[in-house]
Amino acid sequence: MRYSRKLAGAAYAAPVALFVLVFFVAPLLLVGRMSASDWPLLAGDMGLNLPENYQGIGDNPLFWPAVGFTLKYTGIVVVLLIGLSLLLALIVADRRRGTGFFRTAYFLPTTLGLASASLLFFGFYSPAIGPLDPVMEFLGLEPVSWLGTPTAALWSTVVLIVWKFAGFFMIILLVGLQSIPPDVYEAARLDGAGRWQAFAHITVPLLRPALGLVLILSVTGSLLAFDQFFILTKGGPDNSTVTVVQLIYREAFQRFDLGAAAAISVVVLAALLVLNIAQFRALRKDH
Amino acid sequence: MRIPDRTRRAARAAVVASAAVLLAASCSGKGGDGAADQEVVLEGVDDGTTLTMWTRAATEAQSQALVDAYNASHENQIELSVIPTDDYQTRVGTAAGNQELPDLFALDVVFAPNFTTAGAYLDITDRIAALDFADALAPSHLDVGTVDDRQYLVPHTLDLSVLFYNKALYEQAGLDPEAPPTTLAEFAEHARAVDALGGDVNGTFFGGNCGGCFVFTWWPTIWASGAEALNEDGTESLLDSPEAAELFATYRGLVEDEVVAPGHNEETGATWTGHFPEGNIGVMPMPSTMLGLMPEDLDIGVAPIPGIDGGESTFVGGDSIGISANSEHPNQAWDFLRWSLEEEQQVEILAANGDVMARTDLADNEYYAANSNAVVMNDLVQVGRTPYSLNFGQTFNDPQGPGLALVREMIYGDAGADLAALNEGVTASLSS
Repeated sequence: MRYSRKLAGAAYAAPVALFVLVFFVAPLLLVGRMSASDWPLLAGDMGLNLPENYQGIGDNPLFWPAVGFTLKYTGIVVVLLIGLSLLLALIVADRRRGTGFFRTAYFLPTTLGLASASLLFFGFYSPAIGPLDPVMEFLGLEPVSWLGTPTAALWSTVVLIVWKFAGFFMIILLVGLQSIPPDVYEAARLDGAGRWQAFAHITVPLLRPALGLVLILSVTGSLLAFDQFFILTKGGPDNSTVTVVQLIYREAFQRFDLGAAAAISVVVLAALLVLNIAQFRALRKDH
Repeated sequence: MRIPDRTRRAARAAVVASAAVLLAASCSGKGGDGAADQEVVLEGVDDGTTLTMWTRAATEAQSQALVDAYNASHENQIELSVIPTDDYQTRVGTAAGNQELPDLFALDVVFAPNFTTAGAYLDITDRIAALDFADALAPSHLDVGTVDDRQYLVPHTLDLSVLFYNKALYEQAGLDPEAPPTTLAEFAEHARAVDALGGDVNGTFFGGNCGGCFVFTWWPTIWASGAEALNEDGTESLLDSPEAAELFATYRGLVEDEVVAPGHNEETGATWTGHFPEGNIGVMPMPSTMLGLMPEDLDIGVAPIPGIDGGESTFVGGDSIGISANSEHPNQAWDFLRWSLEEEQQVEILAANGDVMARTDLADNEYYAANSNAVVMNDLVQVGRTPYSLNFGQTFNDPQGPGLALVREMIYGDAGADLAALNEGVTASLSS
C-alpha cells in the first residue's frame, strides 16, 4: 500500500521532473561545460581551456561599465515601477464607476511582447518617422534627441519599461490589497487612525508578501535586461547603455565565442542566485 | 514527510546520470554524410528534389524573385526562408555549429570569411571553373569567398554604395543637376548649397550610430583616393591615413554646420535610408538596391562615390551564396546557383528591376539602355572593393566594436581626438 502510494507520487512528479531536467538542468550543465571550454560558435567544442574564459571577463573593457550600468538601470526601474504600480493599484482598488475600464487600460501594455513594444517605441522616438518631434515643434519647443545622448537613451528606455510593466505589477499588488480584510481598516478607523496612518501601518505591512514578489520579479527582470536596449539603443550612444546580457549576446553572436559568453552567463547566474537568496531572507524576516 | 537518505541519494544519482546522458547527446550528433562525399555533376541535377534555402530580409526581394522563377520552371523546388536581418548571423551561426544548415544559404559578404574558414560551405571551385562566364562574376565577391585558392561562394545579390542626389533640389539650389560631385570637397559644397535652401530641406544624411553604414558609404572615398582602409589580409587598420583624416574632417564640418538632417547622431542603421526618398535630402551615399524602391515622382541621379581629388569607388556589398557543407543535395543546389547566374535570369530578373547584376559582362541590355542610373552602378562592380577580414563584423558592424567608436570620436568627439590611438584599438580587434 505504502509502496504503491510512493510510486503514484513519483508518477505525478515525473513530468515536471523530466521537464526541469531537459529544459533546466541539462542546459545548465551544458553552459557550465561551455564556460570551461574553447567553444567557437561555428566550430563547436575544441576542448577544455579552464580558466581562460573566466579570466577573459576581467580583461573585457566593457564588463565593469556594463555591470555598473545594469545596476543603475535596475535601481531606477525598480523604484519607479514599484511606486507607480502601487499608486495604480490603490487608484483602482475600490469598486467605483469606471474602475474596470482603468484596470484594463493600465494592464493593456502587458499583453504586448517586449520586442514589439520596443519596436513601437523605437518608431515613436525616431526623428525620421516618430510623432514626437512634430508635436514638440508645434508647441514651439526644440526637438529632443530621444535616443541620442546617454541620459536620454537611458530614460527613454525606462519610460518604455515602466509603461510596459506597471500594469502587470499593479495586478499583483491589487490582489494583495484585496486580500487585506476590511475589518482591519474598520478597527483602525475606530481607533482614530487617519488615511495616511492606515496606509503606513496597515496597507504596507500587510502588502509585504505581494511587494516582495514584485520586488524580486522587477529586480531580476531588470538585471537581465536585453530586448529593450538591443532594439532601442543597440548599447549606444558610445556604449553608454550596454547591459550585462548584451555582453553575453555580443560574445556569442558578434564575436562567435560561446565559451566566453557562457562564462559571463555563469557569473551572472551566480550573482542572481546570491541576490535572490538575500532578498528572500530579508523579506522573510519578522515572519 | 521525511525522505529516507537512500531514496534521496538514488534520486540524486538518477538526476546526475540522466543529465549526463542528455549532455552527451547534445554534444554529439555531428558527422554523417556531407555534400563533399557525393559525386560532382558539374551542370547540376534537376530531379524533383526539395531544397531548403535561407536568406536575410535585407535582400529578400531579389532572392524571392529568383526562387519563384526557378520553382516555376524546374522540377526541383526551393523552400526559401527569409530571416530578419538582425537575427541572421545568430541563426546561421547556431545552425552551422549544430550542422543544421539548409542546402543553400546566402550571407552578407563581409561575414563570409567566418563561415568559409570554419568549413560551413562546400568547396565549389570545380563547379565555378566549369561555367562559361566564370570570368565575368563579380570579382570582389569571388575574392572574399576564396580561401587558400579554393572557392566556396558565388555572388548572389549585389548591393553597392553609390551617391544618390535629388535633381530637383540641385536645380533649386542653382547646381547643375547633370553634374554630380566628382571630389569629396564638391560633395560637401553641393550638400551645403542644397542645405541653404532652408525649411525642411537638408544637405545630406548618414547613419551616425551605425558602424556598418560608415564602412559601406565612407570607405569608398578612401579607396578612390588611392589609399587603403585595411591591410591585405585584414589584420591591420589603416584608418589613420591623411585621406581618412580628411574624410572625417569633411563630415565633421558638415555636422558642425548642421548640413546633416536631424537624427544622424542616434541613427543605428534601422531607418537611415528612409530620409532621402522623402525628397528633402540633397545628396548622400546609399545602397544601390534603393534605386528600385525610390518614389516614381522623385527625379534622382546616381553617381559614383568620389575620392578626395577625384577617382571613384564603391563598397561591393550584398550577399554571396554557397552550398552548405552538410547538404545532401549538392548537385541539385548547384543547379539553382548555376541557373541563377545565367544571362537570362540576370537580365530578366535583376536588370529588369534596376538591380546590379552578379556579372560584369551583361551591361548591354534593353533595361539598362533605359536606365542610366543602373548602368553607373553596374560599371562600378569592376572597380569596387569588398574588404576581407576574419574579424570584420566584430570590429566594424558590432555596435560595441572599436570601428564605430573611432568614427564617432572623429565626428562627434573632442576636436583633438587621437586618431592614431583609436586606429590601434581597431587593429587590436582585427588581429585578435
